[in-house]
Amino acid sequence: MSRTVLLVGTRKGLFMLESDADRQNWSMRGAYCEGWPVYHAVYDQDSGAIYAAAASEWHGSSIWRSPDLGETWTQSSEGLAYEDGRRMSKVSSLSAAHGRVLVGVEAPGIFESRDDGATWSAYSMLEGQPGSEGWDDPSNQPPGHLGISAITSDEKDPKHVWAIVQGLSLFETTDDGKSWTPRNRGLRADWPREHEEVGFCVHKFVRSRADEQRMYQQNHVGMHRSDDAGATWTEITEGLPTEFGFAAAAHPHDRDTFHVIPLDPGHGRTMPDGQAAVWRTKDAGSSWERLANGLPQENAYLGVLRHGMSGDTYDTPGYYFGTSTGQVFASADDGESWSEIASYLPAISSVEVAIVD
Amino acid sequence: MADVHLPTTLMPLFAGLPRRLDLEAATVDDAIGRLDAKWPGLRDRLCDPSGGHIRMHIHVYVDRERAGLDTPLEPRSRVDVIAAISGG
Repeated sequence: MSRTVLLVGTRKGLFMLESDADRQNWSMRGAYCEGWPVYHAVYDQDSGAIYAAAASEWHGSSIWRSPDLGETWTQSSEGLAYEDGRRMSKVSSLSAAHGRVLVGVEAPGIFESRDDGATWSAYSMLEGQPGSEGWDDPSNQPPGHLGISAITSDEKDPKHVWAIVQGLSLFETTDDGKSWTPRNRGLRADWPREHEEVGFCVHKFVRSRADEQRMYQQNHVGMHRSDDAGATWTEITEGLPTEFGFAAAAHPHDRDTFHVIPLDPGHGRTMPDGQAAVWRTKDAGSSWERLANGLPQENAYLGVLRHGMSGDTYDTPGYYFGTSTGQVFASADDGESWSEIASYLPAISSVEVAIVD
Repeated sequence: MADVHLPTTLMPLFAGLPRRLDLEAATVDDAIGRLDAKWPGLRDRLCDPSGGHIRMHIHVYVDRERAGLDTPLEPRSRVDVIAAISGG
């Protein structure tokens, strides 16, 4: 029977929650990575290894690797540095595919490893992209700035990669990082922008597994959908309680079904009115429904960050999200009902799910 | 031989790394280099790889005086590498 494994990156190390295909009973183990803040952890389906991007205030950034679901760990940052003296404050985002691991860092840049995380080299710094002249400016780097906040590798084409530069743009490369194209047309921005093609605050980018042309994104100002692989975007915020949020997950088998967690847009950035809810569309954003069965409905000021939600690929898909106050909630019935499967973890940065045969 | 004391936060990262050890080294940088040769990657945990200096929250003392990478070591120097007390 398949094992369902959640990788939960927290402010104080990586934790793992494990169940079977039924996803009813969960066991937890950790903390791994010696309590370093883990910004993102992923499972490499090809090699079966776990990679965790962690950055210690004392010992710097490193990528941790476990080849055996957490039994043993190594870490390396060999080559993970800017040669021109730019400061690397953290490693923010990971993508493992095609025998390669990509890591997004702050200040913005992407490094790669082709030897199972033993050594790293520059993949792309996105040089010359509009807006790049200002993204090392400290005034553009608020506390917690992630730099490259997300990387998505195409499942079929190893040269095709998407990356988000936090607060600026979604970029696409089809030539393995040699050139990039901003993919923001149709997005809304409620602030002045210096460049026509960039200046958009893309929080979360999700591709549908059921249709490569279908994409969703949670933006700083609104939800958006693309039907042409990111060439153009259409806003689909209407019907949601707020336009702001970070976390999102697409249905693995239905291109029109998509989940998002709206948050209050001020500095609090918690679920509206202290009532926890996931919102779902089944019609590509024409309408939204509130899913709250099993979620706390009083005094629940929960925040969920951009890597904090994930979905599995079972026939009846499950969804998972982790909060900034250390709870993990799970649904094994396509979001219809939820249960709290961890209650007292450190602040959660990321939740990724793996199905291990 | 310098008497080198390392922070406990390093022990889990490098198999067999002791809390204290004797090292023949001319400077702090030399001592860290010798540690890195035996435990590859250790330099990156103590020094900023892009700046060539000791990390902000790592403090090194030689004979109880705050030191930098170029601080010389005497044959009987005591070297304390401290993970600064900060955070929560």
